[in-house]
Amino acid sequence: MSNVILHAKQLNKSFGAVTAAADIDVAVEAGSCLGLIGTNGAGKTTFVNMITGYLKPDTGVVEFDGRDITQLPPREITQLGICRSFQIPQLYNSMTALENLEVSFGIVSLIANGGSLFTKSDAIVPGLGKTIRQLAEESLERFDLGQYRDKVARVLPGGVRKVLDIAMAMAVRPKILLLDEPTSGVSAEEKFQIMDMVMKAVRRDNTTVLFVEHDMEIVSRHAERVLAFYDGRIIADDVPDTVLLDPTVVRHIVGSARAATPVGAHDHA
Amino acid sequence: MTLDRTTLRFGAVLALLMLASPFIPQWALFMLTIAGANGLVVLGLMLFLRAGLVSFGQALYFCAGAYTTGLMALLLGVNEMLVLLLASAALSALIAYVLGFLLAKYRAIFFGLLSLAFSMILYGLLVKTEALGSTDGFNVPAVTIAGWLPGSGMVRAAVLGVACVVILFCVSFVQGLLKSPRGLVLTAIRDNEIRTEYMGASARRTIHLIYVVAGALAGFGGSIAAIAVGHIDPTMAFWTTSGEFIFITILGGVGSVVAPFVGALVFGIIHTIAFSYSPNTWQMLIGLSLIFVILLLPDGLWSFVRKVRGLKA
Amino acid sequence: MISQAMVVLVDGINYSAWLFLSAVGLTLIYGVMKIVNVAHGSFYALGAYMAASVVGFWFTNNYPPYLSYFALLFAALLAGFVVGPLIERFLLRYQYGKDEVVILLITYALFLVLEDVLKLVWGVDPYFISEPYELLGNFEIAGMSYPNYYLLMVGLALVVGLSLAFVLNKTRFGRMLVSVIHDREVSAAMGIDVGRVFILTFGAGCSLAAIAGAFTAPTISVTPGLGVEVIVLSFAVVVTGGLGSLPGVALAAIIMGIARAFCIHYIPQLELFVIFSVMALVLSFRPRGLFSLAEARKI
Repeated sequence: MSNVILHAKQLNKSFGAVTAAADIDVAVEAGSCLGLIGTNGAGKTTFVNMITGYLKPDTGVVEFDGRDITQLPPREITQLGICRSFQIPQLYNSMTALENLEVSFGIVSLIANGGSLFTKSDAIVPGLGKTIRQLAEESLERFDLGQYRDKVARVLPGGVRKVLDIAMAMAVRPKILLLDEPTSGVSAEEKFQIMDMVMKAVRRDNTTVLFVEHDMEIVSRHAERVLAFYDGRIIADDVPDTVLLDPTVVRHIVGSARAATPVGAHDHA
Repeated sequence: MTLDRTTLRFGAVLALLMLASPFIPQWALFMLTIAGANGLVVLGLMLFLRAGLVSFGQALYFCAGAYTTGLMALLLGVNEMLVLLLASAALSALIAYVLGFLLAKYRAIFFGLLSLAFSMILYGLLVKTEALGSTDGFNVPAVTIAGWLPGSGMVRAAVLGVACVVILFCVSFVQGLLKSPRGLVLTAIRDNEIRTEYMGASARRTIHLIYVVAGALAGFGGSIAAIAVGHIDPTMAFWTTSGEFIFITILGGVGSVVAPFVGALVFGIIHTIAFSYSPNTWQMLIGLSLIFVILLLPDGLWSFVRKVRGLKA
Repeated sequence: MISQAMVVLVDGINYSAWLFLSAVGLTLIYGVMKIVNVAHGSFYALGAYMAASVVGFWFTNNYPPYLSYFALLFAALLAGFVVGPLIERFLLRYQYGKDEVVILLITYALFLVLEDVLKLVWGVDPYFISEPYELLGNFEIAGMSYPNYYLLMVGLALVVGLSLAFVLNKTRFGRMLVSVIHDREVSAAMGIDVGRVFILTFGAGCSLAAIAGAFTAPTISVTPGLGVEVIVLSFAVVVTGGLGSLPGVALAAIIMGIARAFCIHYIPQLELFVIFSVMALVLSFRPRGLFSLAEARKI
């Protein structure tokens, strides 16, 4: 019997005359994988922002593991176990890929040690059984970033920056991971490869994943459930095959020429 | 706290210095002590710079430390140097703790000029307070070290000796801080604060912490300076004093915990030569040197950090 | 009771005018160029010293006294539009792409240099040029006598404020300025000569600071160190009003001027403290100041 790990109840958000979210009500089961689709401005990122604390809804409640997190700052929400990656990768541009991850695990260590001033960087991180350096190297391997280990983040290619962003988000071992357009800006050849690799890496510990995507093939390949957003509302909520063929969804989001075909009908090079 | 290579080497240098002290002329002992005091303040500024912040008003804590020492010695009859040092640092840290609630919310220019404002407020208060000697300030009575009152020939060396102990302790503490996960967060704040918050760290809390540490360090510095000079006055809080600290910070660079002291020593030498030569162009000299140093680094000050990243290990 | 209120009001309005004049150049430069000119205080002092020289010269040579005000203005404009652009062209221009901290330190270093340059040129002894101040005589309100110079300052503040508002809203150059304020890159892409806008704005901003200094000079003794308090106060006013906002700096100046007049009437020592308390209070409700430009979403 799966349980609801995240419940967004009746979320409403407006920016002046623009309704970014209207009566959004979503219950997410632990360990599931949801795809969020919709045109630009439909409310997907607003939804993600409200869950992660960047925005506060005008009305409505966000519950995580039964706890009301609606008014908490992003920092506390992360500490509770919800982490996100960014549409525009938020990296430490002046540091190398390894250092980016070291900082990420460093923060994890800091929090695990209760903010103590007296821990050393080469100490074992409580709860993870390894040092910061070891955890960082491990993460590099897991996300196939080994060759970029000593390259400064600023010069990394777009797709790699995206993956690094996600790897950093995973450092906190979130219970829920929100991926904001993980393959946007990534070349067509690499999209599937990267998404496959990322999904394998993040789903290892049965992390609940919500990802915003514009590419319907990726959505049908990886999502167990799809939420279709339009004009601030959710207009469809079901398995990918059903949603992607729903006439309203086809009209507003997918387009009939690009209506999704079942997974496996493609030859992913 | 850490006893790593850098700290041990620095400690060895200080120990050698003290061993050689009977052979060092009095004016040089004095200059070294002042360099040490300034170095402590700059150690704090270095922490700020790592987080991408500049405090234009660190003189506030320098002065607060000095006046605490002076007043405790004069009014409460406390002459024990270590007690004075600790009390001054503690009071400065307390002030920093309170002001930090406001300042830790701000970055860049806001942080810089707000800190300047606070230091000028203190300056204004001190200048208008007749009881504290107004612009003239007052003299600091002689100090004792663990009960012993050094003779006039030994005083300078003795003060320097105690200063060295305090400096080593502070350097060890800061080094430990920089090498801890908290130290990583510092640089992270400078690079991408949003990301850092989203990873669960509190930038505000870290900066508040650094602010208190820097305040304590400056308090130590002010106290040492007050004792070494034997006199305190409101100019210790004036913006020009803060300017000198900033100049030393840039001079020394941010690469290592030892850099502030090297910078302070070089500054001491320049000051002795230039100030006596032409006191009315002193500010200009600092300003021009600052511009010169900044222009020479095409990537700004941070190229310093990147070049010495090897030292981090 | 009423007379007390009058005293506070008159003093307050005068001080507000001074705050506005002192701070408006700073907010203009920040709005357009996104740099905080720490050397702003030096230009104020430069204006004051130029005024001291020009007015001294004016009255020594017995030129028509009532034209000395134009001499003040001329002195200030000369200071601002000569020294300002020189600095912009030969120093600041190269720093625009750099780290925020670097630009901050450069204008701070500039401040240090200019303070001493002023000392070198004008010496450390105070200058008194009270003739323009005394010339105007006094006026009376509620039995208290005030210098007519107060009216001049208020008038000047109004003229400056309204002129700037006119330029920004009704002229072509003003509209270019507003465009650059919103987005430098897009403006350049639209064909606006951003470099020219920058140098003119910097000159204007420095001149405004110099004007404030020049017209304050007759009311004080001009000594080294004038500039420091100005940069600190101007910054407080500008931040409270919202960086880059003209109506903001005006409103903030009014609030702070009256608050200060009210407080020092009862406790003179609290002067600087009051200004910063107002700032802290405003910022706690509106972290970006009274009026601020909308900020685009970062993530």
